[in-house]
Amino acid sequence: MAQGVCIIGECRHGTFRRVSFEVASEGRRLADALGEPLWAIVLGEGVAQAAPDLGNYGVEKVYLVDDPLLQEYRAETYVPVVAEIVQSLSPKIVLFSADVDGKDLSARVAARLGAGLATDCTELKIEGGALRAKRPMYAGKVFGWYGWAADVWPQLASCRPNTMDCLQPDTSQKAAVEKPNVAIPKGNLTSVVSVEEDTSGRVDLTEAQIIVSGGRGMKGPENFAMLEELAQLLGAAVGASRSAVDAGWRPHSDQVGQTGKVVTPALYIAVGISGAIQHLAGMGSSKFIVAVNKDPEAPIFKKADYGIVEDLFKFIPVFTEEVKKLKASC
Amino acid sequence: MDIVVLLKQVPDTETIIKVAEDGKSIDSTDIKWIINPYDEYAVEAALRVKDSQGATVTILSMGPQRAVESIRTALAMGADKGVLVDDPATEGSDAYGKAVVLAAALRTIPFDLIFCGHRAVDDDENQVGIMVAELLAIPHLALAVATELTDGKIRIVRPIEGARVTMESQLPALVTFGGAHAIWNPRYASLPGIMKAKKKPLDIKTLADIEVSAEQVGAAAARVMLTAMELPPPRQAGRIIEGDTAQKAQELVRALHEEAKVI
Repeated sequence: MAQGVCIIGECRHGTFRRVSFEVASEGRRLADALGEPLWAIVLGEGVAQAAPDLGNYGVEKVYLVDDPLLQEYRAETYVPVVAEIVQSLSPKIVLFSADVDGKDLSARVAARLGAGLATDCTELKIEGGALRAKRPMYAGKVFGWYGWAADVWPQLASCRPNTMDCLQPDTSQKAAVEKPNVAIPKGNLTSVVSVEEDTSGRVDLTEAQIIVSGGRGMKGPENFAMLEELAQLLGAAVGASRSAVDAGWRPHSDQVGQTGKVVTPALYIAVGISGAIQHLAGMGSSKFIVAVNKDPEAPIFKKADYGIVEDLFKFIPVFTEEVKKLKASC
Repeated sequence: MDIVVLLKQVPDTETIIKVAEDGKSIDSTDIKWIINPYDEYAVEAALRVKDSQGATVTILSMGPQRAVESIRTALAMGADKGVLVDDPATEGSDAYGKAVVLAAALRTIPFDLIFCGHRAVDDDENQVGIMVAELLAIPHLALAVATELTDGKIRIVRPIEGARVTMESQLPALVTFGGAHAIWNPRYASLPGIMKAKKKPLDIKTLADIEVSAEQVGAAAARVMLTAMELPPPRQAGRIIEGDTAQKAQELVRALHEEAKVI
């Protein structure tokens, strides 16, 4: 008999990623709606110290597998371990984070269990004792509501970072930790050759609260320095439109849009971006949108909460100075 | 070296999406269909292997008859043959059901490598390719932005949040492709390519041909199903801030700080 909600917590270098706290918080809300327990599965190396902290967000028990074989994420080792623990717990719902590794893991676990998976969900709820999920399709041009086949458990979903509210952490609550006895496969078909950490301290686009994006109007790669400076001040990530990426001004990982990243920041500042439908799809769910463009007819102004019709090269330096003043005063 | 590229036909990314009358599908009138951009990167990656060390590239798709056009486009780019699984019983399949069909079709095609996009830009599901690898019990490497094939192994670069990971897999393996148009820069179908493509083999298969029963796929077998679609709430055009440069900058900072409370 399936019971409870289980989340997959993601650790890197011994600490949880923020999205895991969001997923735990959402798991707590679903578990409360069902009146059932919330557990977590955590895999990695050197994560034993952090594991109880998931209790701050309502996780009752963590099933922890801490082993050098799990230091780096590899589907080959992670999938069998997660699938085995899920099968032994027999939860109704399993939640993953919809980040790069979470998307990878969830798809393979779903296929192994023959379970239904809804990816990149922005809203989850319990209806009639089962999961319902809302998720963007066509990069957010439309949203789909998903339901699961009745009485087929578990129901799997991954949660889009930055869209589900984190509970206020209760540091007095620690999760119990259990170390299940599972064999970690010594799979050697795949290997991690190297990991090159990004030491620039840049915020990832999909997790950023504020994004400053540049488009064709930036005229060249050197002019993005101006956006980098503004982003630094705001603690923001820098994004780009497809035309800026296609021109080779910015790395492809910065691209926002239907063939790039779908982002949901609190504030999106579009600079020199006209607002092609491809781009609007990727950033249209931002809470607030600012557009800076000298063309008053640019489609981006139809989506923007605040529009500045002006030459960006004139406006951005002055705006940056005003932000500096604000930051100095608070 | 045999490479199979999984290809999905999707609405052009410039398409304005409207919900159809049934409330759970899109209105497909006047839609221009294209190869899913990420699958197009996979085609390009396969053709680069073919160019550098020789390979037979097969395009595999499932979908209605119109998908033939996208397969022919890939053949015109330089792929060697095409297979389309077109069977009305697949209608309404979820990602798992689609993976069942593709995996079954792959059991009838020789392969050392399977390439596909990491997601299709219509359903945005990020799962069919990886599920195919699981059903075939072969390893997968996901979200490649670069590949290198040496000593019988495939090596990829995979960007994750805050790092770039280089991974390697023995063959056979499945690789899903990420990145952007700018890095893969997929080749165009040349006019001679288009002429040649017309003569290349293209098999249309039904579920019976790949030994899948209708009960295994389609809406009735779906574990997860789309029940409703809704458009995002329309955004009202906001306020154009007027004044000289300094006034605009001051007002924008004030509005973001005091009204929106986001800075």
